[in-house]
This record gives sequence, C-alpha cells and structure tokens, in this order.
Amino acid sequence: MRKDPFSARQYIIMGIIVLVGMTFWFRLLFLQVVDDTYKQYANRNATREITQYPARGLIYDRNHRMLVVNEAVYDLMIIPRQAINIDTSEFCMLLNITPQEYTEYYSKAAKFSRYKPSVFISQISKQDYAYLEEKLFKFSGFFVQPRTLRKYPFHVAAQTLGYIGEVNAGHLKKDPWYRQGDYIGISGLESIYENDLRGKKGVKVVLVDVHNREKGAYQNGAYDTSAIRGNDLITTLDLELQEYGEFLLKNKKGSVVAIEPSSGEILSFVSSPGYDPNLLVGRIRNQNYKILRDDINKPLYNRASMATYPPGSSFKLLNALIAIEEKVLFPYTQYSCQGPESKPIRCTHHHETPLGPVAAIRESCNPFFWNTFKSIINKYDTPEEGFNHWRNYVVSFGLGSTFNTDLFNEQPGNVPQDSYYNKYFGEGHWNALTIRSLAIGQGELLLTPLQMANIVATIANKGFYVKPHFVKRIYQSQGEIEYVDPSSPKIVTSISPESFNLVIEGMDQVVQTGTARYYAKLPGIRICGKTGTVQNPHGDDHSVFIAFAPKENPQIAIAVVVENSGYGSTWAAPVASLMIEKYLTDTITRKSMESRIHEAIFLKKPSEINE
Amino acid sequence: MRKRGAIVKNIDPTLVILYFILVLFGWISIYAATYTPEHSSILDISMSYGKQLVWIATALLIISVILLTDPKFFSTFSFPIYIFFLGLLLAVLLFGKEVAGSKSWFQIGGFAIQPSEFAKFATCLALAKYLSASTFDLKKTTSKIKAILIIILPAILVLLQNDTGSALVYIVLMLVIYREGLSGNIFILAGITVAIFLLTLLIQQIYVLGLIWLIILFLIWIFRKSKRTIFLLIFGGLLASGFTFTVDYSFNNVLEQHQKTRINVLLGIEQDLRGAGYNVHQSKIAIGSGGFSGKGFLQGTQTKFNFVPEQSTDFIFCTIGEEWGFIGTTTIILLFLFLLIRIIIVAERQRSAFSRIYGYGVASILFFHFTINIGMTIGLIPVIGIPLPFFSYGGSSLWAFTILLFIFIKMDSYRLDLL
Repeated sequence: MRKDPFSARQYIIMGIIVLVGMTFWFRLLFLQVVDDTYKQYANRNATREITQYPARGLIYDRNHRMLVVNEAVYDLMIIPRQAINIDTSEFCMLLNITPQEYTEYYSKAAKFSRYKPSVFISQISKQDYAYLEEKLFKFSGFFVQPRTLRKYPFHVAAQTLGYIGEVNAGHLKKDPWYRQGDYIGISGLESIYENDLRGKKGVKVVLVDVHNREKGAYQNGAYDTSAIRGNDLITTLDLELQEYGEFLLKNKKGSVVAIEPSSGEILSFVSSPGYDPNLLVGRIRNQNYKILRDDINKPLYNRASMATYPPGSSFKLLNALIAIEEKVLFPYTQYSCQGPESKPIRCTHHHETPLGPVAAIRESCNPFFWNTFKSIINKYDTPEEGFNHWRNYVVSFGLGSTFNTDLFNEQPGNVPQDSYYNKYFGEGHWNALTIRSLAIGQGELLLTPLQMANIVATIANKGFYVKPHFVKRIYQSQGEIEYVDPSSPKIVTSISPESFNLVIEGMDQVVQTGTARYYAKLPGIRICGKTGTVQNPHGDDHSVFIAFAPKENPQIAIAVVVENSGYGSTWAAPVASLMIEKYLTDTITRKSMESRIHEAIFLKKPSEINE
Repeated sequence: MRKRGAIVKNIDPTLVILYFILVLFGWISIYAATYTPEHSSILDISMSYGKQLVWIATALLIISVILLTDPKFFSTFSFPIYIFFLGLLLAVLLFGKEVAGSKSWFQIGGFAIQPSEFAKFATCLALAKYLSASTFDLKKTTSKIKAILIIILPAILVLLQNDTGSALVYIVLMLVIYREGLSGNIFILAGITVAIFLLTLLIQQIYVLGLIWLIILFLIWIFRKSKRTIFLLIFGGLLASGFTFTVDYSFNNVLEQHQKTRINVLLGIEQDLRGAGYNVHQSKIAIGSGGFSGKGFLQGTQTKFNFVPEQSTDFIFCTIGEEWGFIGTTTIILLFLFLLIRIIIVAERQRSAFSRIYGYGVASILFFHFTINIGMTIGLIPVIGIPLPFFSYGGSSLWAFTILLFIFIKMDSYRLDLL
C-alpha cells in the first residue's frame, strides 16, 4: 500500500458536505418555519371559494299577492382548458348558436382565463336547460350554474318596483359586498330595499387541483356558510287598483296616485305610459332597455313622483284653508265675479254672483280666490310678511320638499321663496297682485302628483298626514319586523281641524252639483273632489282632479293628472271616480264611462313597447 | 476458502440500513405524491408507487448478484465495463428514444432504460482503476489529462444526448482526483469564475471590474513583499477583467434559452411565475406550506393536486416538505449527510487505493445529486433535472444508485482479505 499524503483532504470534503447540508437546513428553516407567505400561496392555489347565491326577496302587494317572484335560470359555464374534443356542430345545434358564435364565446372565455370558469351563455331558460342537461355530459369543460331571475306574474307597477341589473364598476367600488357579475337593484323598490332584498351570500370552500377541478370540501366544510335568502317586502300597493289605474290610463300620459289617508299607505302608483316589467329581465334586458329609454313618451320615467306640474285650480282648496285659518275668510264672506271681465284674473265659469266660499270651490271661481289670496297677503304689514305666512302653511302640507320615505328618485317640486321674488322684481317691488297666479295654483308652483294626493289625504284627515310610503312590512327569515317610518308617523299641518269643514263641504258640492258633476258623481258614495285645468305652455292643458271618499270616514285619497287632455272635469275626474268605485265597491257600474276613458288616446304616438 | 453464508460477512450494516431507510421513505413519498383515492393501494401496479415497488424488488435481486460477485471482478474488468457503457452511450445517441427533448433512453418492450445513469458507476470504476495504478503520477501532465479524459468522455456523450444535468454529474468526479492529490487551486479558480459570471449577470460590468481590482489591490498590499505574487495577481486581474467581457457573449450564445431563463429566474432578474419560474415557485410553495410539522401523510394539497410538476421524480422533495414539514426535511438532510460521511469514513478505512477511490466516486456522485436536486427544489440552484438518489421515481436511477453503492459495500466487505 502506498503512503497517502493527501489523507487530510477527507476532512475538507466532509466539511464541504456538511456546509451544503447546513445551507439547506437554514434555507428550509426560513421557507418552512419563519416565512408564512408560502402557506397563503398554498391556500390560494388549492382552495376556491364558490359563492352560494341567496334567492332575492320577494315583493307582495297589500293582500299578499306576489308582484315579484324569482325564476330559476341557468348560466352555461365553460372552463376552456377542459373543453376539448367537443363535437361543435352538435353542441351548436343543441344551443341554437352558429359555429362563429361558438368560436367567439370560446375565445372570450379563454381570454379571461383558460383555467377558471366563465359564462359561456347566460340565462338559459328552464325549458332549454332540461333539454341541455341530458346531453351535457358529452361536452367536457362545460357545466351549468343556477341563477335566479326576476319574474312579474302581473305586468304592473314596473316603474315603482324597479329593475335589477349587473353591478357596474361604481357599485363595486362603493360596496365591497358585490362581486363582478352580481345583481343589484337599479331603480324603484329594488334599489331602495336592496340591502333587504339581496339576502346574505354563502360560501363553499372547495379544494381544487391545478386544473381547477373540484376535489372535495376544504376541511370537511368547516368554513362553509349557507346563503340566507333575502327579506320579503309586503307593499302597500293594491294589485287590482294598480292594474285598473294602468288600464284606465292606457295610451295617455299621466299619473294616478291613491293613498289611504289614515296610514299614508300608497294604494296605487300609476305612471303612464308604462311597460311590462318582464321586458327588463334577463338576456332581453339590454335590448329592451334601449328601446324604452329612447321612447319619446318616456315609459321608464315614473311621473307619479318625478314629474312636476302646477296644481291649477285644485290648489284653491289650500288657499281657502289658509284664509280660513288666518281669519280672513268666513262662511259668510262673499265676493263678486264679473266672469270673463273680471280683473285681474278672469273667470271662465258661469255661476251666480256674488258668491261665498262653498260655492266658489264648487264653481272654481277665479276672482273669488284672487280676493281670498289678496286678503291673506295684505293682512300683514308688508307683502313679504304676508307671503311668508302663506308659504309656511303651504310647506306644512309637505310641498316643496321630498318625503324621504321609500320613494325612488322623488322630486321636491317647487314652492317659491320670498327671496325669489325679491330677486325677480326687486325688494319691496312686489305685492299680492304681482304674484296673483299663486291664487289659482299657477305660476312658479310645481307639485308632483304624489304631493297633490298628499294634499287631499291631509284634507280627508282634517289636518294631518302620514308620509306616503310603499312598504308595510318586511318579512325576515328569522321572523317578522314591522316597517317603521323613521320620522314621526303623523305630521300635523298648521291648519286646525275645524277649518277643514267648509272646504270639504265645497269639495262635496264640486262632485254633487259643481264642475265635476257629470263625470265624478258616484251613486251611494259621497266623493269630495276638486278639478284643475293646468295651463301648459307646451301644448294642451293638463287635466287634474284630486278627491277623497267617502266623505265621512275617508278610505282613499287620490290625485289624477292626464297630460294634454283638457278640462280636469272631462278626463281626470272620471278616472278618479272610477278608481274610487273600484277600490270601495270592487265593481264598476259605469261601464260606458270606463270604456270611454280606456279607449281615449292622448299619446302623440302610441308607445312601441306598450302595444 | 470462504464459507457459505459469507456473502453478507463484513458488510457495513450502517450503509445497508441507511440505504433501506432512504428507499422505503422514497417509496412512501412517491405514494403520497401520486396518491388518488381510486387507486389507494400502495401495491397498485398501474400507479407509479406500485411500479416503484417492482423496481425495489428487482434492486434487491441486483444487490444479491453484486454480493455474490467477487469484488476482484470489478477491479479487473473496470476498463471493459467502462468501455461497454461508453458504447451504450454512443448507441443511445444513434438508436435511442427521445423523451422530453433528451435522447437518452432505450426502449425495451414496455421498459425504458437510461444508460447515462449506469455509466456513472462504470466511470467511477475506471477512474479508480486508473488513479490506483502504480504507474499513475499526478505530477505528470499526461496522467492528469488522461484522468480528466476518463471523466469528460462520458460527460460529452451525455451532453450530446441533450441531457445537461446528467452530464454535469461527471464533473463532480474532479473531487475524487482532488482527494488523490490534484491541486485545490482548480476549485478556487472555478469558484472565482462562477462568481464573476453570476456577478456580471447581476450587476453592471463596470462595478464587477471595480470589485475585481479592489480585491487585487488589497491582495497586492498584503503580498507587497513578493514581486512574483504581485505579477501573478496583476496577470490574474487582467484575465478576470477579460473574462467579464465574454460573459454576456457566452451567456447569450452558448447557453440555450431555457437554461438562460432558469439562471435569470434564480438570480431574480426575471420573474416568470407562469413559465420558467413556475416549477420552482410551486415547489417552494409546497415545501414552505408544510410548516414545522407538515400537513400529514397524504394531506398535501400542492403535490397531490398537481400544482408541482414532476412531483414523483425530480421534485419528490416537495412531497416530503409539504407532508412531513421541517421535521421531515431535516430528517432527510441528516440521513443524506450521515450516508455521505459514512461512505467517506468507510472509504478512508480501505487498504486498497482502488476501493478508496471508488468510494469517493460514490460519495461525490451522491453528493452532487443531493446538492443539485434539493438545491433546485428550494430555489438555491437553477432547475437542473436530475433525480434525488433513492427517492425519485424511476427504475434506471434506482438501479444505478443501488449498483453504485453496493459495489462499494461489497468491496468494503473484502477490505480485510487484502494485504
């Protein structure tokens, strides 16, 4: 054996081996024990959260009839990576799409992700799904995800119920609850009660492999939560009254707002022309939305709370009330009328003269109310002071502001302020005469049909109102909660109850023997009303009628506006009268009046959508 | 004359036990890495763990044959064996089957054999034979060149098969020549070269040059008394500076694209988690997510759901890291260190230079595989596809490592029979 001079080198080599081992050991200590990020990476890799979508809450009318329900539809999903060996011609035939569309949808999905599922065709109906389901096993990489769509069994109250749509970037930014592809209430009650209706999402955590295939529950479902369905809304709407209102206003522009005076519950909220709410659902939504949006008659617009009109003669009731409360108008007060010769406002009605307040309301005498208005303004030292007193009464009826209950996009209307006149005429340069159009409900005054209905509800209540609202109760899955208006339930106006008697007497006369006697009188039920014919610079006069009934123990307060149709007595009054008959007796005895109204057409051009 | 039963006489029990622990641990890891509930039996022959059992059983057969062979056979027939395997490497180039871009497999019926795995022990034998010959003198340049040729020849043939990883394995046999007296400077030189190469890729050339000359100036100050050293240092500095100019060229023109990206990913120059960096990133996730004590046997999500590629072969260490945690990986590292040190100790107790040198060859090859494979899975070394000895799935590699180790165990058992 040779002598081995390099024997010591074994230790260098051993040293190198140990050094490498220690390097690895430290690296592993860092990777596995010190650094936590790899655990998070691993979870992100191998788990997928599948959202369990809750069913959206349902919407009922006041008698628990379903207005909005859910219908199951199915999204056909694709995982492009797994979609191989597809018999495209059979598949296209099954789905009724062209091969070009197949390629287009496929590349769209593949562009998003080859591993993650994306929607291939959305919202397949239950019928088509049943057919597809049998064959789907043949096409790997495709699966079906159930979703729910809104469905409206009765084709009414579209603008009030509102519609839902996919969230946009703005929603996503504002509320982290939403994820891309979620639905959100965009208008109407769907929007106002979004937080109640949407329910609670659940989540299912599943293990997935590198190809995103599900491999079972993560930790036996310890982190899973089930979806909680949305709360149901019991609205104040009366389905039949709503349907009837829409029936009467067909082919007319206008609104009908009916309120239960004692509770402020909105019984019907008609805006015409409307549309079938089922048009804004599912795949046809975008296309129909464009048609509706571009329609010159604006069917999407909820006139009942968004359109503002001068109230016209119907406002004379309020002026009478203010004058009585201010002690400038008494049952024995009489003013004379020179008919068309009257100054500064002429009168178009033929009636006795001089006349007292009840007759003046009955005949809607302009000179009488000019004198009444003048006496209110001139009671005080300056016109400004008198005007401000008058205005305080007016706004106590909820005019010039929104009610802020559950009305979507409600408009405040307009009650002018003294500053407006100071600016327009100059301070000290205006008086009762300058602002005389307020005496007959014209000029700068602007009210929504809802506010008009609220005036008449307040009169029916003799001095108070409850803020008009749509939802009575909200049913939760854990029990029931009553809808509570955040503001005080009864809002008392500045007019004392006794002051109403004279005005109500006048309203009774309007229907019995006055301006509305031909079209509003209803045998057996005492309707109290007031006509209005609103001058409109853009075209024919708007026909307005406000009423409540029965005279004793009022059940319904109603405001009707029919645009560009002429006298209040001719069109709006019979609509209101028929609505009252429908609501109080549930039958219509005046069939010929009904068909005259229903068949009348005041639209410039019939709406394309609404037949 | 030896008696019956002497086959196992004097064999080193530590090495044998370590071998079996590693092989069994490997087999269980392959089971865990490719486990599916549909094929839950570890004996299922349709799955890789079932097949690995067949390889283990046949490896036992090979062990028996080796233990029955007279160790003189290996020393006598070192060169013929070496030449036979060189022939096989050449043949595989001509008739081999291409798998994943490498032409390194013979297809025999349903089996595929990789000659480059077996050529390792043949090269060890030849090197041991040559270095232990009485005519061998490392001071002679021709001896040096011949020794290096023994290593380089198979390496070149493997490189031609487009299997860079396996070719690099042969280079580690330089360590054996070092043990036998080769100057250590060559390793220092190699280390400096690699350092300059990587630095030039990482930072701007001007800074590398600055660094080189700063160090040289410092060394000149230390060795200021020896003029010869100063000249050598300046010469070396000039050489190193020149080398920096060739780095970009050689990186861009000599290395292939996938090799370049692997190096770039390792150095953090590129971050390509979907492409070249994917394997290592996923591998680190799997190991890192194991934590201190692991997720438990068959509970690994990253390996089981195929996030880590090649998880039963080159990336088998991930399964251990994920399911057995830091405790498991520490155990594996200790087992390997123990095995390597034990081989060196056993090599050092040999009376014959032949078996000592062969022992170093075994240690060097195992050490290289251990370093490259684990280094790659934990992101310390660029991705080079070579198996982890005894763990990675595959007949060729298990057989080759078994032959490599047991020839040495057999030689060792005869150490007392020699004068």
